[in-house]
Amino acid sequence: MASQLLRRAGKLINVSASATKNLASSLAPISQANRSFASAAEDTNPITIEIAVPYKAHKCEPPSLLATTTPQELVQFFKTMFLMRRMEIAADSLYKSKFIRGFCHLYDGQEAVCVGMEAALTKTDCIVTAYRDHCIHLGRGGTVKEIMSELMGRKDGCSLGKGGSMHMYKKENNFYGGNGIVGAQTPLGAGLAFAQKYSKVEGVTLAMYGDGAANQGQLFEAMNIAALWDLPVIFVCENNHYGMGTAEWRSAKSPEYYRRGDYVPGLKVDGMDALAVKQAVKYAKEYALTKGAFVLEMDTYRYHGHSMSDPGSTYRTRDEISGVRQERDPIERIRKLLLAKEIVTVADLKNMEKEAKKEVDDAVAQAKPDPSELLSHIYVKGLGTEVFGPDRKEFTAVLP
Amino acid sequence: MVCNTCLFSVWQSCMMKACRMRKLNLFYGIRVRAKSWSYVFGEDVGFGGVFRCTTGLADTFGKHRVFNTPLCEQGIVGFGIGLAAMGNRAVAEIQFADYIFPAFDQIVNEAAKFRYRSGNLFNCGGLTIRTPYGAVGHGALYHSQSPEAYFCHVPGLKVVIPRSPTQAKGLLLAAIRDPNPVIFFEPKWLYRLSVEDVPEGDYTLPLSQAEVIREGGDITLVGWGAQLAIMEEACVEASKEGISCELIDLRTLLPWDKEIVEASVNKTGRLLVSHEAPITGGFGAEIAASITERCFLRLESPVARVCGLDTPFPLVFEPFYMPTKNKILDAIKASVNF
Repeated sequence: MASQLLRRAGKLINVSASATKNLASSLAPISQANRSFASAAEDTNPITIEIAVPYKAHKCEPPSLLATTTPQELVQFFKTMFLMRRMEIAADSLYKSKFIRGFCHLYDGQEAVCVGMEAALTKTDCIVTAYRDHCIHLGRGGTVKEIMSELMGRKDGCSLGKGGSMHMYKKENNFYGGNGIVGAQTPLGAGLAFAQKYSKVEGVTLAMYGDGAANQGQLFEAMNIAALWDLPVIFVCENNHYGMGTAEWRSAKSPEYYRRGDYVPGLKVDGMDALAVKQAVKYAKEYALTKGAFVLEMDTYRYHGHSMSDPGSTYRTRDEISGVRQERDPIERIRKLLLAKEIVTVADLKNMEKEAKKEVDDAVAQAKPDPSELLSHIYVKGLGTEVFGPDRKEFTAVLP
Repeated sequence: MVCNTCLFSVWQSCMMKACRMRKLNLFYGIRVRAKSWSYVFGEDVGFGGVFRCTTGLADTFGKHRVFNTPLCEQGIVGFGIGLAAMGNRAVAEIQFADYIFPAFDQIVNEAAKFRYRSGNLFNCGGLTIRTPYGAVGHGALYHSQSPEAYFCHVPGLKVVIPRSPTQAKGLLLAAIRDPNPVIFFEPKWLYRLSVEDVPEGDYTLPLSQAEVIREGGDITLVGWGAQLAIMEEACVEASKEGISCELIDLRTLLPWDKEIVEASVNKTGRLLVSHEAPITGGFGAEIAASITERCFLRLESPVARVCGLDTPFPLVFEPFYMPTKNKILDAIKASVNF
């Protein structure tokens, strides 16, 4: 038991070390204020929190409602979720001032799903998701700067500015995007899992989709294949209850998405509770590695509309939105937990918030889009096919 | 297009006619084998749709005839084919043409071939698929595509593309009433941009008939949809340099009006086709090949195609990708000075 805890704590340090800035400074003489901040950030004593909303299980036993975490992890949850929230709000105002164009689907409200998932995964596990992917990219090791650049179509964006909001990827951390066509990423997820199992990588794939995509035929094809071949894939349905403007009860005969795998076991999770998400994903990962496909339904909510073109209030009441914000907001939940357990003070939290705001503000970078990228990456490099040039002055161009 | 007024009146004319027909039938005691109705369905059409095309329809005609579907294009089209096979008019909306590909199998393998394979026992002629297509300035890869060429390759389908609100109303009514499955591509660029006085009341415009919208003698330009506005600008610029352009709106791409284009090219001796879709394998290629076949000895210069580049529809690079007025103008001059 103790060794288990130590191992878990060790894993947590590995996961959060890169993001914890104060580890080095804590070794040097520090001021009083810094000491309390640094100690919380590296305190790895395990604490047990009871998860408030019980899981609903389908063809499996639900995991325990007692989640083990550390102050370090909780602080990290707060910082990351707050950063994600600031980033999405910044994207909102950039879109309104027309720096970001095209389509922009914001994730604020759903941060706990991403953060809880990452806490239970390693970078060997693959993630593939739909178009609400800014925060998933951040969770997979992306930086706010490359996300902002990508949103504005700049060359130093994570996809060289060619993908935009919906197409962010991170190859070294096994993040397969970022997909625009609803539901099309789920069979892809099954394929990734097959490759992992075949190469004996000891990792799982999380194929994420929404309640709207849950009615796509290709999802059922993917689930059948995954269950048939015992692939280590976890289908994660981020149920924010609205497929664009359509409420779940108006598009699905059965809005119990965790049951829709039928022969695939599933869990319904409170998606606004990062610890509940982490617990469930850990459980699902173990299942997927040993037995096969699993479904997780994250009961979550988005504050913004479907995209920046959608005010988000024609199909739901403002009371509903503010109600969720007051009662279930994921960041507030962690804030209350941190203060209740006296892990940090209000001043510490304010500092963390200020740092996050600064990081986002700094990341709004300026660079010119470079036309040299227009014709690249259509085929594997070296094909050299001749095509028409971008304007009549350049009559022909050769694909690089 | 001023969608509210335009398409609403389209629906009114169409659906009320169906209603009236039914009442007449009952009144005269004529037994109709299939009680035919019109239906409008698709993702989010109930509240009016993402482009407000179906605003007010559910209130007027009822939720049993104007209803939302779940997010499943293949299901939507397959369902529409079934409805149409029972003699109804099914108007299915695919929210963006970029999403039509899950339904590609249903359209190509089922809808287009239903009449043929059943020896005319069955057909789904009552099916009309409406879908917004084309560039909109910021749509990027999956909200800007022009997939008309894929469907022009399928015998059994009709492909119709209007250029303006007045045209849209007449062509859409014709498409819905046409006894063949029709795909109706609506240029989304025009939803907010184009304002016109659309005549109230019922009128249709003929399918498979192109329209000469500008007369000229030096070169024939052929296009469809939103691209015509760009081509018109190029024609105006060209006329300042003494080149007189004839501009033809194809309106129906499949089956297309070869006669009008042939007659025009026989007059001018030059042809230019322009479309937003990528140039290779675009519908311009079919027009070029057919006209070269028919007018070979009359042609004074090679058929010019000014189209989108052979790239996925780009995000920031859209201005470079698009067949702009200047590219068309350059091609006109090159053709005339060949």
